[in-house]
Amino acid sequence: MIERLDYATLQHFWWLLCSVVGALFLAMTFVQGGQSLLWQMAKTRTEKDLIINSLGRKWELTFTTLVLFGGALFASFPKFYSTSFGGAYWVWILILFTFIVQAVSYEFRRKPWNIFGSLVYEGFLFLNGVVGILLIGAAVGTFYTGSNFQLDANNFVTWTHPFRGLEAALSPSVSSLFNIAVGLFLVFNARTLGAMYLVNNLELGEVPEMATRLRAACWQNLLLSLPFCLLIVASLLFMRGYGIVDAKGTIEIVSFKYLRNLLANPWLLVLLVAGLGLVIFGAWKTAKTTATRGIWYGGIGTVLIGLTVLLLPAYNNTAFYPSKVDLQSSLTIYNASSSPYTLKVMTYVALTIPFVLAYIAYTWRQMNRNKIGIEDTGDKAAY
Amino acid sequence: MIENLDLGMVNWARAQFALTAMYHWLFVPLTLGISWIIAFFHTIYVRTGSEEWKRLTKFWMKLFGINFAIGVATGIIMEFEFGTNWSNYSWMVGDIFGAPLAIEGIVAFFLEATFFAVMFFGWNRVSKGFHLFATWMVAAGSNLSAVWILVANAWMQYPVGQAFNPDTARFEMQNFFEVAFSPYAVNKFTHATSSSMMLGAFFVISISSWYLLRGRHVLMAKRSIVVAACLGLVASIFTIFNGDESAYEIAQVQPMKLAAFEGLYEGQTNAGLVAFGVINRDKKVYDTQPAFHGFNIHIPGLLSLMANRSFNSFVPGMKDLVYGNAEHDVLGAVQKMELGRKAVASLDAYRQAKKAGDAAAAEVQLAAFDEHKEFLGYGYLNKPEEAVPPVALSFNAFHVMVFLGTLFPLIFIGYLYFSYKGTLERKKWLLGLGTITYILGMIASQAGWIVAEVGRQPWSIQGLLPVTIARTNLTSGTVQTTFFLFLVLFTLLLIAEISIMVKQINIGPEEN
Repeated sequence: MIERLDYATLQHFWWLLCSVVGALFLAMTFVQGGQSLLWQMAKTRTEKDLIINSLGRKWELTFTTLVLFGGALFASFPKFYSTSFGGAYWVWILILFTFIVQAVSYEFRRKPWNIFGSLVYEGFLFLNGVVGILLIGAAVGTFYTGSNFQLDANNFVTWTHPFRGLEAALSPSVSSLFNIAVGLFLVFNARTLGAMYLVNNLELGEVPEMATRLRAACWQNLLLSLPFCLLIVASLLFMRGYGIVDAKGTIEIVSFKYLRNLLANPWLLVLLVAGLGLVIFGAWKTAKTTATRGIWYGGIGTVLIGLTVLLLPAYNNTAFYPSKVDLQSSLTIYNASSSPYTLKVMTYVALTIPFVLAYIAYTWRQMNRNKIGIEDTGDKAAY
Repeated sequence: MIENLDLGMVNWARAQFALTAMYHWLFVPLTLGISWIIAFFHTIYVRTGSEEWKRLTKFWMKLFGINFAIGVATGIIMEFEFGTNWSNYSWMVGDIFGAPLAIEGIVAFFLEATFFAVMFFGWNRVSKGFHLFATWMVAAGSNLSAVWILVANAWMQYPVGQAFNPDTARFEMQNFFEVAFSPYAVNKFTHATSSSMMLGAFFVISISSWYLLRGRHVLMAKRSIVVAACLGLVASIFTIFNGDESAYEIAQVQPMKLAAFEGLYEGQTNAGLVAFGVINRDKKVYDTQPAFHGFNIHIPGLLSLMANRSFNSFVPGMKDLVYGNAEHDVLGAVQKMELGRKAVASLDAYRQAKKAGDAAAAEVQLAAFDEHKEFLGYGYLNKPEEAVPPVALSFNAFHVMVFLGTLFPLIFIGYLYFSYKGTLERKKWLLGLGTITYILGMIASQAGWIVAEVGRQPWSIQGLLPVTIARTNLTSGTVQTTFFLFLVLFTLLLIAEISIMVKQINIGPEEN
């Protein structure tokens, strides 16, 4: 069946698949959200160790999902990979920096002779939780607001802004505000998810005070995320976008482009509304009742929101990585993708994904059957 | 595109790649190797139920975890560095190169990430059987990820299963199976994983020998040594064989690399392998200086045997590969550059004709391009001598690797022999040597990568894409900044890692 798929279908399928991985990553940022809550939620050493040991069993999955997101984009949309990573250099380097320091922090934080002391490693986790996610959000924002690059006849990238990507968040412009809003929404959403996850995963009876703090934080962060969410949605309804206007692939500015995309694909609107509804419901359940399963609603809701955010700027003949300075350099799923052969090969490989998800789900269930309690933080293997 | 090239940037980007790759490789082989050894320890525990083996498994697992974390930290930068510093490369070969990286993520990294948490924290959470399964899966996942990244690297050395698409100006995949099962990839995988297994064994032997010298944890140390030395001996012998196979493969597809790491300037029949020699760093391929300073020993015919499986065969030297050798039918870089320039010119003409809508002219130019396209990369070299990699570095790295690689099986045999005789504790000289074997193994392993990567210069994709084209359009200042950023960061993390590791070794396994 895969052999018979045409090029455009494969391109759509692969953008969908990359978006699913990206959206799963956003849901998994409960790890980063939890990291950023550490100092605020944990008032004693035991509480701190509990949070670290709970998140510590999942950080690698989030990390791996990010790596896969990068790898899948490289394989399926190499022109995006080369243009964005080579062009928006500093933004990616800083994001990577925060993930590099995260990777050692769980393991090193409490080990004797760790040179820098626990506080530094906790600081690394905070940095990753806030700056890492904020910058990822700003980078995602540029899918809508555009970037400053030009491609030559060989498709080699030249970036035309000296900040090399950081202008997405730092230049005094409306686009920067939008990008930062996306970043802040993701940060607060990650914190909401983080609180929900910890409520779900910890033996709350052992730390009743922290449980109260976590439930309150869940609601607060939801409330903090909503204004940014509204700002983003409202902007999208009125924003100009970058559309493909003819069969040659010419790009032009199109008014109300993202509203048009929503109307052309009303199921995206359904995903968005359902996603937001689920996150709010999850947060409400966590904060206002004694339920502990809010994370499932929040997580699934975030996946749906993430899917909308990533599909909306790519489907319906839209440039998903637009260039502000040279419209025709903008990347679309048609001009940025791998060859049909490679996309087909990768589609066969993608058949293994359900199997991968199945063993992750099975192991997750096995490991999360019992909540993380104080006893777990005393184990020699603990973080 | 060549005219505004900032060579400084290219060199800094190469330095950064070397830095991050070498740092990453300080941790990877240990992960690859010791994960199997731990799986064996864990299996023995599950089968015997002995608390002693459980303690031992947990101890090595703890050290594994410390190493694994920093391996992950240094690894993420490698994937994204292709995009940040080598973006033209990412575009030009992403169609082929991206696939193994994505497959690595899907089939290998998730195995590691998922089962790593079970292996560490599953002692009282999951059944004994599932826990053991998880430990094996971590080993399998680590080594599977090695498969795919080595497939990608092998493709850079021997770019099979692809074709250049003149319309998109990139290389595109034609046959996935040729890429995945290229003989170069198979050799690379077996050589890298068996040498890593050996390194894992040395890690266990180094620490256990140190315990024996101090008379601490004697039983655990002796048990660990026996398991590690058995696996290490098999792995070290296997490494020699597949190393020889790799050399044969290199001779076939990268003769310049072979000539460089043997310091062979003039091609020879019945060519000898250098057993000892001090390479002349100042020698250039075009001058008449001697290749070696003073005394050197060549074992006659051995290089010919290694390269072509025949004592009397001709092995081309660097001079032949640069200037050509008609007698032995060797095309030099000089001739290849000429053909490459024709390919570049036809490609430009083809594009212009297409742009102008002149289909007939485009077809003619495309045919001309097809005739010379295999030399396209050479069209971008400025002088033929650029085709020669750094000779002294390649030579020294290769000979250090081979010398140490030959020594290693003897060390394992020594350990097994004295363990069998029951006199290991008294052989202080062997235990003393044993404590530094891990460092020796690491030197050999790093040297191996220097041979592979420095020996491939000036190409990022052998014969097709020089590093000067593969780079990102960045200033050298930018790349210098990130070079030092990573240098400082990784060095600090390494210091912390070593310090934590030393402390944990000092603490030793938990006593009952």
